[in-house]
Amino acid sequence: MNFGKLVRSAFVVGRRDFVATVYSKTFLFFLIGPLFPLAIGMLFGGLGARAASEAPPTTVAVIGQQADFDLLQQARTRLEPLAGDRGFVVLVPVAPENDVAKQRDELLKDEGQKLLGVLDGGLFNPHFTGAVRADGTTVRQIGMFVDEAQRTRVGMPPAGQPMAVTLTDSSAGSLAEARGVTARAGQFLLFFLTVFLAGMLLSQLIEEKSNKVIEVLAAAVPIDAIFLGKLFAMLAMSLIGIAVWLSAGALAISFFTKAGIGALPTPAVGWPTYVALGFIYYTMNYLLIGSTFLGIGSQASTVREVQTLSMPVTMAQLLLFGLAQLSIGHHNSAEGLVAAAFPLSSAFTMIARAAELPEIWPHLLAIAWQLLWVALIVRLSSRLFRRAVLKSGPSFRWPWQRKATV
Amino acid sequence: MEQGNAVEASNLVKIFDDTRAVDGVSLAVPVGSIYGILGPNGAGKTTTIRMLLGIIDPDSGNRSLLGRDQPLDAASEVGYLPEERGLYPSMTAQDAIAFMGALRGLPLKEGRARAVSLVEGRGLGDWVKRPIRSFSKGMAQTVQLLGTIVHKPRLIVLDEPFSGLDAINQGKLEELIREQADSGVTVIFSTHVIAHAERLCERVAIIAKGHVAFDGRVDEARGRLRPIVRLGTRATDGPWRSAIPANARRDGAEYVFELPDGGPEPLLKALIDGGAGIETLSIERPGLHDAFVAIAGQAAAREMTGEGVMP
Repeated sequence: MNFGKLVRSAFVVGRRDFVATVYSKTFLFFLIGPLFPLAIGMLFGGLGARAASEAPPTTVAVIGQQADFDLLQQARTRLEPLAGDRGFVVLVPVAPENDVAKQRDELLKDEGQKLLGVLDGGLFNPHFTGAVRADGTTVRQIGMFVDEAQRTRVGMPPAGQPMAVTLTDSSAGSLAEARGVTARAGQFLLFFLTVFLAGMLLSQLIEEKSNKVIEVLAAAVPIDAIFLGKLFAMLAMSLIGIAVWLSAGALAISFFTKAGIGALPTPAVGWPTYVALGFIYYTMNYLLIGSTFLGIGSQASTVREVQTLSMPVTMAQLLLFGLAQLSIGHHNSAEGLVAAAFPLSSAFTMIARAAELPEIWPHLLAIAWQLLWVALIVRLSSRLFRRAVLKSGPSFRWPWQRKATV
Repeated sequence: MEQGNAVEASNLVKIFDDTRAVDGVSLAVPVGSIYGILGPNGAGKTTTIRMLLGIIDPDSGNRSLLGRDQPLDAASEVGYLPEERGLYPSMTAQDAIAFMGALRGLPLKEGRARAVSLVEGRGLGDWVKRPIRSFSKGMAQTVQLLGTIVHKPRLIVLDEPFSGLDAINQGKLEELIREQADSGVTVIFSTHVIAHAERLCERVAIIAKGHVAFDGRVDEARGRLRPIVRLGTRATDGPWRSAIPANARRDGAEYVFELPDGGPEPLLKALIDGGAGIETLSIERPGLHDAFVAIAGQAAAREMTGEGVMP
């Protein structure tokens, strides 16, 4: 074949591909695709800045005389230039009661203050108790404050007693931190699983369309049954996958840690409820997002169109995930409530809430709300599916077009 | 539904974008008949069938299938072979047939058992456990056809069933259609090959450009045309010429014309008395193709494949 003929032939093939792609509906998604990373960048950039600025400070209660506290606070102020990006531990004065040991325990359990530790015994016999590491930042900082305060206290022996440290398994502060981690992990797991399935859902119908089985199916059963069959088959398949992955994960944790899965931070609603809610929220999230994607995917008739759809769909999921992230630690704020109410981010948001807050009733409300949206979106996607697959059903018309045709 | 009709449709209309693919189709298919839907490609046959079966909804008009206004309500009693054949390539023949039966309400276990006997009955016993992807096109088509009848439907709808089959398999398919009809099953099939309809059908609908141009018995369609006379004479001219119509055409040495109103006897007498010197004379009954041409027009007939043109 001479070069001219080669170029002409390549042009014929290329022109068909070009026209087929550019004139497809899915190309619109491709065109607006770059907007998604931009929006995601802005969202996550904002989230990062906000997380840094709003991260709750590590707080330690000081049980003792006000004079001792003032010396510690002055020492802290003098040493402030040495503090890193996260700043120094915050000190809170607490007047001593008769039973200091009991008072200390109660303070450590107080979920309102979320204290990481308690310092008592005054400057002469300082004793720190908290859920921290012995060589961790908190202990080192408190030790520095005590040393500095002892050094400057008038009439006191120069060194005083070195600070004793008692480590506890948990405190209200450490628990809050750990639950935050559980909340993010739960959200991420939910997100990861959904992303993993989205691509498969988008391409679900390509097989039937390419081998023409769809006609056989549609003649025998209602189109809604095909839609739901595909949706629930994928759900069942994914639940098997999740059961395998979680079992493997639990085994790995048991193998590599002393305490096994008991070492994981306990969610606010407790493990059994959290696991049950995780299952329910995964199912809801899958049905909401899955039916949406199945409806979108049914618009594609070729693998190429599915590929074109994949990018914006993934980006859209990231946006939903970002929206849900806004709620962590701020579930009752306006953005937390919006993220919980928006159907496609609700499950992400509520699984994080289950990790951080113990109330159950918001979950019952959210599940009912999500069920309502599952019904609506499944219905809508099913109609979209029917129209796309069988070219049947009334054409979509904007309201002004409807009036014009009446 | 009238007593005795398996399928009824009245004024079905389907519009795709701005094209009226089906424009007021009405038809009635008697129970137990073999009914052909004839028409060139693009006439609206497949769209009509899809509406009858409830795969797509008509924009207007009514249809009933085995007495049900919602065709899918009768799904368990209907078998359908679409024009575009489709099977899952990784399924075995047995599973594919059982799956198609299951879609129509037949228990999978029963479907698997029936699949084996159906496949063996077609001489494909060695292939029952093999995946469809290893089948030839004709074999795959046979499997799909068996899947269409595995649940013992009362009505079978076949869209262009002969398309893509070689002559031997076409013959086998005709045989299967007759077997089904003999057992009381109503069979509807669409085709653009008139010869199949002529051999099999008692009734036909002729569809052209989305309209039903004729719906009735094959005999009635033929009866719309007069018999054709082919006449060869020794004499080139004479009084006998007044016995043949003025519009008689020449086909080689023969005159070809429609049998006049009086029938063959007066014609024969006039030819003999007029000194025609008859060498050859035949009176042919018109074929379905001739009827098709007369009903749907020459243009529609030309759009049918060469296979459908009767000699």
